Amino acid sequence: MRRVRQKMISAAAALLLAAGAAQAQRTDITVGMQLEPPHLDPTSAAAGAIDQVTYANIFEGLTRFASDGSIVPGLAESWEISGDGLVYTFRLREGVKFHDGTTMDAEDVKFSLDRARGEDSQNAQKALFSAIAEVNVIDPLTVEIRLSQPNGNLLFNLAWGDAVIVAPESIADIKTNPVGTGPFRFSNWVQGDRIEIVKNPDYWGTPAKLDRATFKFISDPTAAFAAVMAEDVDVFTGFPAPENLGQFEADARFQVLVGSTEGETILSTNNKMPPLDDVRVRKAIAHAIDRQAIIDGAMFGYGTPIGTHFAPHNPAYVDLTSLSQYDPELSRKLLAEAGYPDGFTTTLKLPPPSYARRGGEIIAAQLAAVGIKVEISNLEWAQWLEQVFRGKDYGLTIVSHTEPFDIGIYARPDYYFQYDNPAFQGLMEELNATTEPTKRAAILGAAQAIIARDYVNGYLFQLAALTVANAKVVGLWANAPTQATDLTAVYWED
Amino acid sequence: MLRYTLKRLLSLAISLAVASVVIFVAIEVVPGDPASYMLGINARPDTVAALREELGLNMSPPERYIAWVGGLLQGDFGTSYTYRTPVAEMISERLWVSLPLALFALALSTLVAFPAGIIAATRRGSKWDLGIMGVTQLGIAVPNFWFAMLMVLVFAINLRWFSAGGFPGWDEGLFAGLKALLLPAVSLALPQASILARVMRSALLDTLDEDFIRTARAKGLTRRQVLRRHALRNALIPVLTIIGLQFSFLLAGAIIIENVFFLPGLGRLVFQSISARDLIVVESVVMLLVFAVVVVNFAVDLAYAAIDPRLRKRR
Repeated sequence: MRRVRQKMISAAAALLLAAGAAQAQRTDITVGMQLEPPHLDPTSAAAGAIDQVTYANIFEGLTRFASDGSIVPGLAESWEISGDGLVYTFRLREGVKFHDGTTMDAEDVKFSLDRARGEDSQNAQKALFSAIAEVNVIDPLTVEIRLSQPNGNLLFNLAWGDAVIVAPESIADIKTNPVGTGPFRFSNWVQGDRIEIVKNPDYWGTPAKLDRATFKFISDPTAAFAAVMAEDVDVFTGFPAPENLGQFEADARFQVLVGSTEGETILSTNNKMPPLDDVRVRKAIAHAIDRQAIIDGAMFGYGTPIGTHFAPHNPAYVDLTSLSQYDPELSRKLLAEAGYPDGFTTTLKLPPPSYARRGGEIIAAQLAAVGIKVEISNLEWAQWLEQVFRGKDYGLTIVSHTEPFDIGIYARPDYYFQYDNPAFQGLMEELNATTEPTKRAAILGAAQAIIARDYVNGYLFQLAALTVANAKVVGLWANAPTQATDLTAVYWED
Repeated sequence: MLRYTLKRLLSLAISLAVASVVIFVAIEVVPGDPASYMLGINARPDTVAALREELGLNMSPPERYIAWVGGLLQGDFGTSYTYRTPVAEMISERLWVSLPLALFALALSTLVAFPAGIIAATRRGSKWDLGIMGVTQLGIAVPNFWFAMLMVLVFAINLRWFSAGGFPGWDEGLFAGLKALLLPAVSLALPQASILARVMRSALLDTLDEDFIRTARAKGLTRRQVLRRHALRNALIPVLTIIGLQFSFLLAGAIIIENVFFLPGLGRLVFQSISARDLIVVESVVMLLVFAVVVVNFAVDLAYAAIDPRLRKRR
């Protein structure tokens, strides 16, 4: 009997070893994420989930974001900018092929950019291309972009997922069969469950280390936790249950990556709705808010306090949190000065993400402490877009503005928080016309200060990028300078 | 039997027509525009307008209703606003998960409930009866999503016998598919089996008290023979009703369990489509579910007639 058992044990050990050996050479990965893309064309929808799957993996643009948020060459190997800042000449890489085998050349670049900025374009970020007057093909490897006015952001704008280069022949079914130039090609999509991509053997650059990758869509936070714990998924990006991260940190099987995103989470304020049109009232709100309590309560401590609408990891960031320190006394005084000694009542409309729903309850309590009563209503995204964003029918709302470098929205008087300040608008025009980095930083600093001193919105925190992964996975991005899961450099450690 | 069937068919058609109007109106009044949802907060108004035009959202509601129903009658469910694939394809893909799951859960529930109900009824008051009643009480009281999470914790996270969820697809083989559906099916079946066992028990107890049972016993049939030939057959009518209701529920109502196990089923499709305002998908799936419920009821009505000759003759 004992001998039998011993045999069984050694057989089991051999099996384990074999499994271990197989694991050492693993070249596949399963990445969990919460939202499924509606389709796979990053150039015709806003859904971040599309970029999460396709950016840098399937599609590439002329320029691209590196993991630290800087802009590096993509399909363009180099570029020259004319003295007046109006003509950009891009030199394309040689030998770049689309996944269908056709060659990527200047005509494709012209096609992609013209499609994105065209009249019937369905590009969700069409404004990125508004400065472009024309795109000209000089020769198969040279493209010239002429601007109608100088735009210091052009290289940055071209790095967005919405500006990737697509193959003209693939447009008809790009939504279900994306054809790009990236290190992975699209393989299979089981809707509602997963998307599979495989290594592109003909990639122009450093080839991917993985042979295949599967994106699996798990929307429920508890299910996400279970899937990681059961090792059904090797990586989970945008992990939706921050309350469970401690458990993963304590478990040697996993690693937790906490990075920064471009998501400024703000208490958006309707600057045209009385009494919120009074800067003293907005300032009172700002001082009534205890950011750290919100970060701890709603995000379990993950998040960086911000004092203006700008990402703290950006070199041009200015820390202005001191302008809106938690000070309920001052808040009550300001309210009394503004003529509301007993406070007032307004609405707080909350979209679905947990930062908004949880944060909303905490903010409501903090505002109540200084006499401001808010009526909370929970909205779905579609309702939020209709009522709050387009209808401007709200007093306060909480939302994370996840677009990179979006301080420019404060220069749009018709934007949903309806902030109209010519001085700020002038600064943004100046910024667009400036390409010199130190000058740009100075302008950006001034711009951040203006919106902080006008207390346009309640600036809460920068959303953290939370990733849980198997401890042996190397090469993942911790930060999320754009919504992406760049798997190019990812591999399994022995 | 023919007249009875025709009558049932007519009421089936009327139910479907009424349902199509109710569904369309109910979904049309929900606020939120699919095009702006897809294009997000930085989209320009002209971009949204271009997309609305392409999706056919600029037609008036009556026009869209007619286009939708006209398509349905020809078997065309339309094209999803967000996924841009034919709705029929999406539904059939999801049905390959939802239908087997519902059947699996129903089979489990019936397999457990029938013997349990019969044992409890025939040994009324015994330890068996008390035990079964107690367990089924618990089965009804425990929320099935909680039970599902518990099973994930035990069988997926601790024991590693199962995946925590997901569905590999039937291409991976029958075994892999059934394995992936086992935990969800068990959690769906638990409350259903508990209800069914209790219905079975009380229906059987009612018939066992009937005069004809005593007569049958007096004629010299054994307890077992009486049970099989007379009592069970009569007790089956309420049980069938419950099974019919449960099947419709399992097909449409598995959404929470689908979420816990991240299964790509119909429930999740509806849920995603509602939040994305993919109205055409919601309308078509709900219509299909109504159709399924109505057809199941129709089948149950026919089954009544098959097991109860009185129904056939009277109408």
